[in-house]
Amino acid sequence: MNAGQVLASALVLLGSALALVAGIGVVRLPDVFARMHAATKPATLGLLLVCIGAAVSDAGLSDVAKLTLVVVLQFLTAPVGAHMVGRAAYHAGGLLDPGTVLDELSAAEQGRET
Amino acid sequence: MNAVTTISLVMLSAGALLTTVRLVLGPSLADRVVATDLLLTLLTCGAGVLAFRTGQGTYLGAMVVVAILGFLGTSMVARFIERRGA
Repeated sequence: MNAGQVLASALVLLGSALALVAGIGVVRLPDVFARMHAATKPATLGLLLVCIGAAVSDAGLSDVAKLTLVVVLQFLTAPVGAHMVGRAAYHAGGLLDPGTVLDELSAAEQGRET
Repeated sequence: MNAVTTISLVMLSAGALLTTVRLVLGPSLADRVVATDLLLTLLTCGAGVLAFRTGQGTYLGAMVVVAILGFLGTSMVARFIERRGA
């Protein structure tokens, strides 16, 4: 096992651990907005680390190109998708956890309407 | 190397199992969409780990397809929630 393989193994392990953290967060956190926070950020970083690990090991140029495409797509679509779900869930109403201390969007929307 | 990928796959499976718990429990449609999106991301991670384990490039095309389809599904259901409520 050479240095590159050790580095790749470490990256794949770390990425999978982040994916596990995302799963734990989705179960444990109180409302849909907090769960979205857990579902997008650690999972995207985990996917990035796994892809870098697979690219470092012994991939050809076309493999690295595909892995780069996966990472770019995930980094472009994850924030947009989470934004759309969050916006739709907020406007559906009643999904905020009772322990929420700050709701700036509500104040901003009321200020615009009145 | 095989031990590393086995541990990685076990961790990914545990994460997917927890996500499935949230998918079943809900309680709202938005929670289920978030859980489904996370499941697809975990599937992409798993395909990456398998590509690393076997050294085959066949898995990489599947990763690209799943990354695109996950976004399509999420945005479609988000539009649906916007119109009909969670």
